[in-house]
Amino acid sequence: MLKAIGVRSVDELFAPIPAEYRLTRDLNIPRQMAESEIVDFFRQRSRENGDEYSSFLGAGAYFHYRPVIIDSLISRGEFLTAYTPYQAEISQGTLQSIFEFQTMICELTGMDVANASMYDGSTGAAEAVMMAVRLTGRRSVVVARSLHPEYREVLATYATHQGMPLSTVAFGDDGRVNLKELEQSITPESACVLIQSPNFFGTIEDVDAIAEIAHKHGAMLVVSIAEAVSLGVVEPPRQADIIAMEAQSFGVPLGFGGPYCGVIATREKYVRQMPGRLVGQTVDKQGKRGFVLTLATREQHIRREKATSNICTNQALVALMVNIFMTVYGKVGLKELAKQNLAKSAYAAAQFAKHGKVLFTGAPRFNEFVVTTSEDPYAVNSRLLGHKIVGGLPLRKFYPELGNAALWCCTELTTRSAIDTAAGLIAESERSVRTAKEEVEEVAR
Amino acid sequence: MKHPTPKATRHVNQNEGLIFEKSSPGKAAWKLPPLDVPEVDTAKLLGKAERKDLGHMPEVSEIEIIRHFTRMSTWNYAIDLGMYPLGSCTMKYNPRVNEAVARVEGIANGHPYQPEKISQGALRIIKTLSECLIEITGMDAITLQPAAGAHGEMTGLLMVRAYHESKGNARKKILIPDSAHGTNPATAAMVGYAVENLKSDSRGTVDIASLEAQMNEDVAALMLTNPNTLGVFEQDIHKIADILHAKGGLLYMDGANMNALVGKVRPGDFGVDVMHLNLHKTFSTPHGGGGPGSGPVAIKKILEPFLPKPVVITHSDGTLGFEYNRPHSVGRVRAFYGNFGMFVRALAYIQANGPDGLRQTTEDAVLNANYIRKGLEGTYDLPYSTPTMHEIVFSDKMQAKKGVRTMDIAKRLIDYGFHPYTTAFPLIVSGALMIEPTESESKEEMDLFIDAMKSIAQEVEEDPQTVLDAPHSTRVSRLDETAAARKPVLRWKPL
Repeated sequence: MLKAIGVRSVDELFAPIPAEYRLTRDLNIPRQMAESEIVDFFRQRSRENGDEYSSFLGAGAYFHYRPVIIDSLISRGEFLTAYTPYQAEISQGTLQSIFEFQTMICELTGMDVANASMYDGSTGAAEAVMMAVRLTGRRSVVVARSLHPEYREVLATYATHQGMPLSTVAFGDDGRVNLKELEQSITPESACVLIQSPNFFGTIEDVDAIAEIAHKHGAMLVVSIAEAVSLGVVEPPRQADIIAMEAQSFGVPLGFGGPYCGVIATREKYVRQMPGRLVGQTVDKQGKRGFVLTLATREQHIRREKATSNICTNQALVALMVNIFMTVYGKVGLKELAKQNLAKSAYAAAQFAKHGKVLFTGAPRFNEFVVTTSEDPYAVNSRLLGHKIVGGLPLRKFYPELGNAALWCCTELTTRSAIDTAAGLIAESERSVRTAKEEVEEVAR
Repeated sequence: MKHPTPKATRHVNQNEGLIFEKSSPGKAAWKLPPLDVPEVDTAKLLGKAERKDLGHMPEVSEIEIIRHFTRMSTWNYAIDLGMYPLGSCTMKYNPRVNEAVARVEGIANGHPYQPEKISQGALRIIKTLSECLIEITGMDAITLQPAAGAHGEMTGLLMVRAYHESKGNARKKILIPDSAHGTNPATAAMVGYAVENLKSDSRGTVDIASLEAQMNEDVAALMLTNPNTLGVFEQDIHKIADILHAKGGLLYMDGANMNALVGKVRPGDFGVDVMHLNLHKTFSTPHGGGGPGSGPVAIKKILEPFLPKPVVITHSDGTLGFEYNRPHSVGRVRAFYGNFGMFVRALAYIQANGPDGLRQTTEDAVLNANYIRKGLEGTYDLPYSTPTMHEIVFSDKMQAKKGVRTMDIAKRLIDYGFHPYTTAFPLIVSGALMIEPTESESKEEMDLFIDAMKSIAQEVEEDPQTVLDAPHSTRVSRLDETAAARKPVLRWKPL
């Protein structure tokens, strides 16, 4: 090949790089490893990563069962090793699957159109808000404090340099958006209200009431859904103008936080302000049905600085996992799956309430709930960790006002025995605090 | 009685309908274990929030699902089927060991909020990959949080902005060469900067005189792809850096083409202040039909205070953890820590190569691009004769005389068993054919490709209509994109 090119060595091909910058030593990185060594390395890391614990963590990342055929199908090289389907004639597999994905997301959310895809639920929510800003021509945004705290942080980052002032609306005693405060927070400059339902505490918001208040003031309602499985049994926020969803629950591994799959769904009339890729149905020269990427004039490769977003590479293969999951569970399975989640968390909340205090009981919830203990939740969790159980997420870091509260989650994979063990350990923790208190009182007497 | 037109087709090319068209009540591919807690009354628990109906969600069996997606998959082209010479996209082989290790139990099922004590494995992966990428780029620090290249660009420019703000002036604009990716200007707009175009010189590289004239104290940074989208190394890179730095500006490098540099030269050594990498290009994580990607951002020391939070730190007892107390941070750009599954795959790739392997990978990528350049020079017009690194850009100038444009040639290439190259980009070349073979292709595969391209050029001379009507061998012919955009049908609806 060198001879064909007409050079004597490969190094000659690097001549355009000025010699003074060229690296004349080996990179200081680990030496080349055999496949068996690589597998060993990651197995070792896996063992250091809690590979045999059962967990009560949710909070935007949910442990659901993943049907085996998801990985069988996405491992096909034709899906795994294809690029973005710009060349429609040889990408119909990816394109038709995205079209089906868009359809199912619409069915589940009650919206008219859905994209595929955004990076995740957090960036999806931020992009949805920017979309509302473009659609209304207004700039400020009212954000529920019951929205995932990290989603709020991401939105703050995105909003900073776009002149989008954010204000926060508190939650009431039932863990839901305080409607009175919401009413006062909306101004004629408010582009939208952003809420999450089920919200960060697992509580289902009164979407009707919130939509009415937002719309009365000419603001849009953007609803973030972080736990997609809730859609099997919880009425979707049909009154929303834009839904920003995290679809991780639908067959995507927890994977220490990613890759996940964000989706934006909205009304048909807003589609031209939507970010991200869309697949549309059309025909070929023989009139045969086929699918193409469409409405590309919204996108960065055509519009450059005037695009609706800078997004290019998205989460396509993860969207395919989501698609297969939705297809497997379908109309009946998704409902049954959601009902099991509901039953497990209702049982757990009832058990925990015997010893700790369950907060926000005044509103319906899905598969998460908040428990306050007398002992610091990190100390409670240390007790659980000894039994190979990861307890709920202590909330103080995000909500100092909630003191010793922690957010617990149960899915269909949470066993009754894990729930009973955890409840027993919470009881033990409460007893120990009582005993310690009695001892102090004893000494004081 | 005459049989109606059959719905069945040849099995190898079955007409696979939409999944909704196969659905019928009672079919199921799922099974839940018996509930080990008491059943609940959904209506009582949820009240008016209870959902009664799931609309037109499908009901199908497992074998139907397997066949549905398997048949659809056969309509896709993929790297696993042959050369995928999409310039700028770096379609290299995706090693399967990467997929295997990403699925090891504790890695696939780690929860982002599980206690640090039982997250040491994941943290070690993040730390090790970070160290490797810092060494490869010659930079000082890195964040792995951005989910893709464009997200990395945004993160990088947020840090640029925070840096300038810390000096008392955020500045107003970003300079972007006319050969840049579309994400660059779109990103600058998202971070609140105006975009000013910078023209290329006759070699296809940055016009130094223009840069000098346009550089002033309003310019926050120059976003430069190096090698640029013509596959040409910016030889005056240090002069470019000096011009920017002299006026307090920063040099941002779009690392989309880092696969031309790994192990041979480090951006940190030639004046770059901030850059992103695409793990799904240079570091072999699969494109998956459009993602997921991962877009780490490597930076020089001066930008370190502004890194997104959290950052990984080593505690005094040697264990790893996350540091959230970062008062000057630009904030979070994504929930949790980024596309962790891609970090696993990229690290496995780096381990499989080591220092020697990575250097050879780069050399092979450049060697392959030059081999294709030599093979097609004379058959296709070469608008810039500047030496080529990892990709080569031709134009359709010679074929356009017969009315055949780059997209037509690309579509004809499909009939020869190859994925098209990148068409009509970079914008500075009219009718561009942008070809990137990557290191994965053998001489034999490239010879076939060159042969196909030459054959098409001959067809253009003898029978241009065949090329104009291509592809001829696919399941569907050219699709009506105009109709799709005019009256969008974006979901299936029941009749």
